[in-house]
Amino acid sequence: MSELEILKTYKIYIGGQFPRTESGRYYPLMNKKKEVIANISLSSRKDFRNAVVAARGAFGGWSGRTAFNRGQILYRIAEMLEGRKEQFIGEIVRQGGTRKQAELEVRQSIDRCVYYSGWCDKFQQLFGTVNPVSSSHFNFSVPEPTGVVAVIAPEDTSLLGLVSVIMPVIAGGNVCVVLASESKPLCSVTFAEVLATSDLPGGVVNIMTGTSKELHSHFSSHMDVNAIVYTRDNKDEKKLIAENATLNVKRVFFWNNDWSKAGSENPYLIMDLQEIKTTWHPIEQIGVGGAKY
Amino acid sequence: MVGEFKWDYAPAPESKDHVRLEKQYDLFIGGKFVKPLSKKYFATYNPATGEKLAEVAQANEKDVDLAVKAAKAAYDKVWKKMPGKERAKYIYRIARMIQERARELAVIESMDGGKPIRESRDVDVPLAANHFFYYAGWADKLEYAFPNRTPQSLGVAGQIIPWNFPLLMAAWKIAPALAAGNTVVLKPAETTPLTALKLAEIIRDSGLPDGVVNIITGYGDTGAAIVNHPQVNKVAFTGSTQVGKIIQKAIAGTDKKITLELGGKAANIIFEDAALDQAVEGVVNGIFFNQGHVCCAGSRLFVQESVADTVIRKLKQRMETLIVGDPLDKNTDIGAINSKEQLDKINEYIQIGINEGAEMHQSSCSIPAKGYFCKPTLFLHTSQSHRIVQEEIFGPVLAVQTFRTIEEVIEKANNIPYGLSAGVWTDKGSKIFNMTTKMRAGVVWANTYNKFDPASPFGGYKESGFGREGGLHGLAAYLKF
Repeated sequence: MSELEILKTYKIYIGGQFPRTESGRYYPLMNKKKEVIANISLSSRKDFRNAVVAARGAFGGWSGRTAFNRGQILYRIAEMLEGRKEQFIGEIVRQGGTRKQAELEVRQSIDRCVYYSGWCDKFQQLFGTVNPVSSSHFNFSVPEPTGVVAVIAPEDTSLLGLVSVIMPVIAGGNVCVVLASESKPLCSVTFAEVLATSDLPGGVVNIMTGTSKELHSHFSSHMDVNAIVYTRDNKDEKKLIAENATLNVKRVFFWNNDWSKAGSENPYLIMDLQEIKTTWHPIEQIGVGGAKY
Repeated sequence: MVGEFKWDYAPAPESKDHVRLEKQYDLFIGGKFVKPLSKKYFATYNPATGEKLAEVAQANEKDVDLAVKAAKAAYDKVWKKMPGKERAKYIYRIARMIQERARELAVIESMDGGKPIRESRDVDVPLAANHFFYYAGWADKLEYAFPNRTPQSLGVAGQIIPWNFPLLMAAWKIAPALAAGNTVVLKPAETTPLTALKLAEIIRDSGLPDGVVNIITGYGDTGAAIVNHPQVNKVAFTGSTQVGKIIQKAIAGTDKKITLELGGKAANIIFEDAALDQAVEGVVNGIFFNQGHVCCAGSRLFVQESVADTVIRKLKQRMETLIVGDPLDKNTDIGAINSKEQLDKINEYIQIGINEGAEMHQSSCSIPAKGYFCKPTLFLHTSQSHRIVQEEIFGPVLAVQTFRTIEEVIEKANNIPYGLSAGVWTDKGSKIFNMTTKMRAGVVWANTYNKFDPASPFGGYKESGFGREGGLHGLAAYLKF
């Protein structure tokens, strides 16, 4: 007699907790044989709004961490991902991938976390400046995180696209609410479990499953979201997002990359979600002309 | 001490003799001044006297189309092919010619816009020239600015600028655009077109290839035609948040790149350990510089409760000594409000402040009978919910609040949709860095205020816009990677 497998209830991830959607709705996820493999949460506007509250609450703490500490936490995510590799490979296969494809995708996803872990305390030195102003002032410019970022993750992969868009956002000290792939949502929920065990404070990354069709207008019109990243290629959705963004002058980014390519990881993605702050302070002029050193 | 003695200054007006103004200005398109297809002109006035200064052309959609086509042709045929080293030489030359004609430009700026000659002479015009000089040097060094990237120009930049720093804003827009290899269609504000048109003369005289910079005048519909023109690849706008949102919406669904420098409502924060006299001087400069027509004006003052009485007493005393009057007088501190429309808006806000129950105080100075003037004004006992605390007034009106703890003032200072600038006054270094880090604003002045420099990036967080102008970061707005 074979033992019955314990199936996982796929939840969403808000503020470090794993609720199902408040709406009680779901959509069935099928495998190639048209068997139901999971009842995925069909997240609502209310879930999104709750997630934004959680994200905003986490922003001060996360952006206030030292850059080095953020780097360690992103590296910890890679460690946790590595340890659960087989689970992700299994999920990708169940969603229609080959074992070989799945292994490569998980490998690249782990590498991507390590890559952005390293950037956490380095991009500031590349993109910050000390400015030689023509007056007696010390003047410097540094990147600072934009704030709460709404992300609509790539549709075509379950894990790699998701990791590729979350990492540059949080490496720079932002917090985010992410909509996972609709057709391949399994890894997003398991990735949330990785995040929850990686010392990443709750609320820094919030992951929802559901449809872009329903949620893109809410993602782009929320007044406490500072920026939106959209990675799919629906023209109508893009236009509405760009229009809604004007309500509170959101920064809008359409990232359209092949995330399996090496060039798709770079610090310019981090910089998209950074503001430049310039600070001035007078320099006292004592002993002008007399100083010898 | 207030009112105990009166110290009159003899008039010291700057001469207008050497200023050359035409009666009528056409559109600067393709390297020449051309008559508008609209056949329409409108007048620009001196806001301090009401005197008509000149008539300028009112560009319609067809005129805009000509200007954009001229810019596109110049981009394709000349400018994008020209080596950076050669582009740089033209930009350097423009910088020099602005310096050579600096006094004339300063006088016209004060006549057309109402700002004190001291400011146009010492701030606006030198900074405008320096901005060209600074960016000229970038033209052949762009690949050093963006590690691991080969930056490329965008094409035609449509640029719309406000009336508060007419020549300086033209420089902020044109200089980086040219250095990055783009061509330009620029529209100055309808109330202050003259220095931009003088700049057009300079550009013509500099030998810059025809069509690389086109300067056209008109109202909001002219600006809209620029924004909506299909051959414009980049839109740069400085102005109100309200109009910025309309522009951001207008380009939704297109591939146009955009940068916005919008409104502000900056907190200027005085701690009890600050050098109070310096701080008061900084507050005065923060809110009364350029009649308060400054997007980064320090229009919300936060004073720590323990020193509030002292600071407010000193501030009132200092306000008494401010000279309001003839913009061309070298002693004038506060010139004319830019237009009747703007004066009406400021007066409306002053009435709102009174109606909201705040306590108003104005300098006892007299203001000229003719022209548009406003006394330096402050409101005490204001709170976060007051409209005069939340909304940008763009005039010499300061809203004062007090605070007890650092947490309280951080919360209050940031609790606003804007995020352009902030000021912090304290003698304690660690507190400065705590505060400057916590302010959600693009420019933070510590123990100083309203300082600008071509090498220093400027621009906002949140609803104050995005993108930077000035410095290395200002190049990114005009390049793709």
